[in-house]
Formats: sequence, C-alpha cells, structure tokens
Amino acid sequence: MEFFTEYGTILILLAALCGFFMAWGVGANDVANAMGTSVGSKALTIKQAILIAMVFEFAGAYLAGGEVTSTIRKGIVDSAIFQERPEDLVFGMLSALLAAGFWLAIASYRGWPVSTTHSIVGAIVGFAAVGVSPDAVNWGKVGTIVMSWLVSPIMAGTISFLLFRSVQHLILLQDDPFAKAKRYIPIYMFFVGFLIAMVTLLKGLKHVFKDNGMSLSFFDSALIASAVGMVVAMIGSYLLTKVKRDLSLEVDNRFANVERVFAVLMIFTACSMAFAHGSNDVANAVGPLAAVVSIVSSGGDISAKTGMPSWILLLGGSGIVVGLATYGFKVMGTIGRKITELTPSRGFAAELGAAATVVIASGTGLPISTTHTLVGAVLGVGLARGIGALNLRMVGSIFLSWLVTLPAGAGLSILFFFLFKAAFNQ
Amino acid sequence: MTLGNSISNIFGVSPIKPLQNHMAEVINCVSKLEDFLNTAFDDDWDKAATVFDAISANEQSADDLKKQFRMHMPKSLFMPVSRGDLLSILTQQDHIANLTKDICGIILGRQMAIPKALRSDFIGFADSSVETCKKAHGAINELDELLETGFAGSEVKFVQKLIRELATQEQKVDKKELKLRKKLFNLEAELPPVNVMFMYNIIDQIGALADTAEQIGNQVELLLAK
Repeated sequence: MEFFTEYGTILILLAALCGFFMAWGVGANDVANAMGTSVGSKALTIKQAILIAMVFEFAGAYLAGGEVTSTIRKGIVDSAIFQERPEDLVFGMLSALLAAGFWLAIASYRGWPVSTTHSIVGAIVGFAAVGVSPDAVNWGKVGTIVMSWLVSPIMAGTISFLLFRSVQHLILLQDDPFAKAKRYIPIYMFFVGFLIAMVTLLKGLKHVFKDNGMSLSFFDSALIASAVGMVVAMIGSYLLTKVKRDLSLEVDNRFANVERVFAVLMIFTACSMAFAHGSNDVANAVGPLAAVVSIVSSGGDISAKTGMPSWILLLGGSGIVVGLATYGFKVMGTIGRKITELTPSRGFAAELGAAATVVIASGTGLPISTTHTLVGAVLGVGLARGIGALNLRMVGSIFLSWLVTLPAGAGLSILFFFLFKAAFNQ
Repeated sequence: MTLGNSISNIFGVSPIKPLQNHMAEVINCVSKLEDFLNTAFDDDWDKAATVFDAISANEQSADDLKKQFRMHMPKSLFMPVSRGDLLSILTQQDHIANLTKDICGIILGRQMAIPKALRSDFIGFADSSVETCKKAHGAINELDELLETGFAGSEVKFVQKLIRELATQEQKVDKKELKLRKKLFNLEAELPPVNVMFMYNIIDQIGALADTAEQIGNQVELLLAK
C-alpha cells in the first residue's frame, strides 16, 4: 500500500519511541513494586536488587515474553475487520501506546496506584470499539483477560498461603527451626529453578526449537527443568552453608537466624519475580509496537504470518533496564524503606506465589497485573496470620484503580486515534 | 513523579513492637513502687517526692505511647490478632501505670504513716504484685515470636506456660493480701480510722495491680485462640 511506503519509517519510529517510553516507565516504576519486597525485607540491597532485576527482567522479556506480546498485538482486536483498512490498526496501536504512556505518567505524578496492563488493554479496546466498531474487539478474549485479572490475585494468594503454611509446618514450628530451615529451603529453591526453566522451555524457546527443527515433548521439558531445578538447589545449598548461627542475634528474637537463612532463599525468589515480571509486563510496551512493525513491513497485510523480530523484545528489555538505571533506583529505595514489616520468610512466600502465577499467565499469553497479583499474594500470607498489619483500605484502592484505569486508557486512546487520523488525512 | 503508585502502601506498621514498648515503659513505672514504699516507711518524704516524680514521668510517657498506638490503629488494618483485643491489652497495661501513680500519690499526699510492724508484709505483698506485672511483660514480649510462627505450634505452648505462671503468681499475691489485711485488722482499733480506711484502699489498689496483670495474661491467651 502506498500509505505504508510513504509513512512506514516514521510510523515505526514513532511506535518504537512510544514503546521504549512505556518500557522505561515499567522499569522505572513497576519493577520497584515487584522487587521492593526483597529490598524491604532486607534480603537484598538496592544495588543487588537492581542488578538481579536487570538480568532477569531482560531474560524474562526475551525468553518468555512472546506469548503475552502476541496477545496484545493481535489477540484483543479482531484482525478480520482491519483487513480492509490496516492503517486504522496502526493508528490505533500507536494511540494505545501513547494513551497508556500518558495515563501512566499522569497517574504516577498524582501517586495513583494504576496498572500498566490495565491501561494498555483498556486503550486497545477503546480505540477498536469506539474508533472503529464494537465488532472490531475480540470480546471473548477480552472477557478471558478480565477474568484473569480477578483470578490471578486469588490464585497468587492461595499459593502464597499454602507456601507459608508449609514453611510453618516444616520449619518455624519445629524444635530446631534453624537446622530445619537449612534442610528444607533447597526444596523451595528447586521449585524456583524448575518453574523458570519449564516456562522458558515450553513457551519461550518454542520458536527457537522450531527454527532448528527440534521439538521437546512435555516430559523432556519437565526432565530438563528438573535438572535446572537441581542445579539451582545445589547452588542454593552451597550459599546456605555460609550462613552461620549467630547466637547474639537471638537475644531479642529467637528466629533472627532462621530469617537469615530465608534471606538467601529470597535472592532466588527475587530472580523468579523479576523473570515473571519481565515475561508479562514488557509485552504491554512492545505488543502494540510489534503490531505496527508487522503491518508496516508487510505493506498492510494483516494476516501475513510474520514472526516477531527479536529487536522488538530487545528494545523492550533495554527500555526496562534503562528505566531501572535512571529512575528505578530511587523508587526501589523508597518502597524498600516503607516495607519494614515483611520478614524474608513471608517475603519469599509472597514473591514465589506471585511469580508462579505471573509466569503461568505469561505462558498462556494472558496479560495480568504483576502488582495486583503480588497484593493478592501478600494478603494470602496475611490470612495465614503471618504479617503484622496490612492496610485494607489501600488494598481496596489498588484493586479499584483498575476500574478507573480502563475507561481512562480507553478515552485517551480514542482521542489520540482521531487525532492521528486527522493528522495523516485518512 | 511521586511514588504513591506502589505496593509498599499496603503494609501497615505492626502493632506488636509499639505494644511491647508501652509495656516496657509501664514496667519501668511500676518497678519503682518498692523504692517508693521504702522511702515512705523511712519517713524520708523528700526522697519519696523524687521517686514519685520519676513514677509520674514514666506514667506520662506511657500515656503518650498509648495515644500514639491508638492513632496508628485505624479500623481498616488487617492483622493476625483482633484490633479489639490489642486495644484492651493496651488499656490494661496503661491501667497498671495509672494505679501505680495513684497509689504513690495518695501515700505521698497524706504522708501516710503505715505501722512499722506491717513493713515487711507490706513490702513483700507489693513486690509480689509488681512481680506479677513483670510476668505479664514476659508474655507480651513473646508476641513478636508468636507473630513469627503465625500463632501456632510450640511457641503457643510456651506462651501458655508463661500465662499459667502468671496466674500462679497472682494467687500468691492474693494470699499475701489476705495475710496483710488480717494483720492490719488486728491493729486497726489503735489507729486513726481515716488512715486505716486509706490503708485498706492502698492494699486494694496494690492487689489490683496483680489482677490487671492477670487480665493481660487472659487477653494474650485470647489472641492464641483460633
């Protein structure tokens, strides 16, 4: 199509810029939510948390971010409708990126707890339903996504509740919790390694395997993932041998040394959290960009089966890393200072429950909110009588905020959509 | 950008540490009772006034801690223990400090002459009562360990043991109170009636210290109930 040859480069540049800005925002603000619990429970210093986040956010985005990206890119809208007017889809995706970026900037400035995922999904649904036609939205898929927003915090809460209960029974309630902690914690480390490896093998590397003519059965993957889990558990066990019991710490609290053992475990769960977050949230930034790039590069053919260029995920991953390096530092510090009541034995249960939920959602291509999932996980630990005090009013406002975010993202995106159409005389 | 967009806001301040700090201040206050009674028995009212000032200062600072605690206890907090239970423990802890100040205030204000014959029984009774308060403090000090274990298992048994000891101590106080009352009853005909009335009043209040401490133990036990 003529339109795309004329404006193709500028459209892609614009989309890449917006996508990078979104990814920057995710890195600057969102990662701190995912990793703040580690810093708050003193398991990691801010520097360590940033380093872990950089490596594992990037790995998660690159290795396991494909499914969610593809949902954002073509799952929410019904591509058949756009067959005749691919330029509308390009404008729409650009507007969605701009709208979500705008809304997040406003919300962050005002201090509202909003979700990146909700803003981008709201924005895409908005331009498609109002800007084009209600039929342009794949309502079935949107329904599934909204359901997953309800289910994910509950699921994370349940997993975290059970994890914390298992810690109680295996370690905290035993006669020698310190020795028991050293014995059982490698099992949790195994789970962390297994989880990440499994999702990477099943979903992330699928395309790599296909290109090389390889295929792994579910059983093969499980076997490899178990091996990875074993290696992780062994590394963890080695780190655990370095934790020596310091009786002077037990004068004030008899569990002080047990918590030091859990702090080692939290390094691993922090990695899994960063990986999970990268695998789910980077899609918010690069999904629309991927849509724009594929339409423009195929000259307007929406149904063309183009794979996603890897530079797009790379761009998203780099955006997160730059966001972390420029601003995430400060946010992480602030959040870490405010979370003082979460000890490593609880922080790990919350993080692992949330990470497992998010990673599973990423595998199935569902864009969920990491922050909401983590809130659900924290509540799960709270229900097991594990946390001193939780502010329910704040929990309510976090969960209610997505009700506001959906129409806000949609409204802005509709506005930008018509502005774009006018600007390009379409 | 401001940073309200964060998960940290859902974490409230745990009520355990502030409650323990308040109890520590209350114990600072009530432990000075023995000193005070000794100065009173020695008729050293200048020194008694100094001790009383220190007791008042402790009581005041416990009061401040109590107010701060309540300010940080909005109804929207979700805690592993009930807000009502915590607040009533706080009230009882504070009651111990108030009682101590009242006891000493009356003795100092009236420059009360307690018969020297009662001295050892009286001091012994007061000490026992203060000891009960200290045992309640011991139970309160276990609250952070209870939170760590999620209010379950051997820690619960340990705290229940502490509470049983607390109850036994309170019974000892009751026996000493009975004995002291009997001795005072034998002497009361020779003493000015108004003085005697106030002496009984003081004995009541010292007994109330131990009763309150036992109440705290009972409340802690309620926290353990599932």
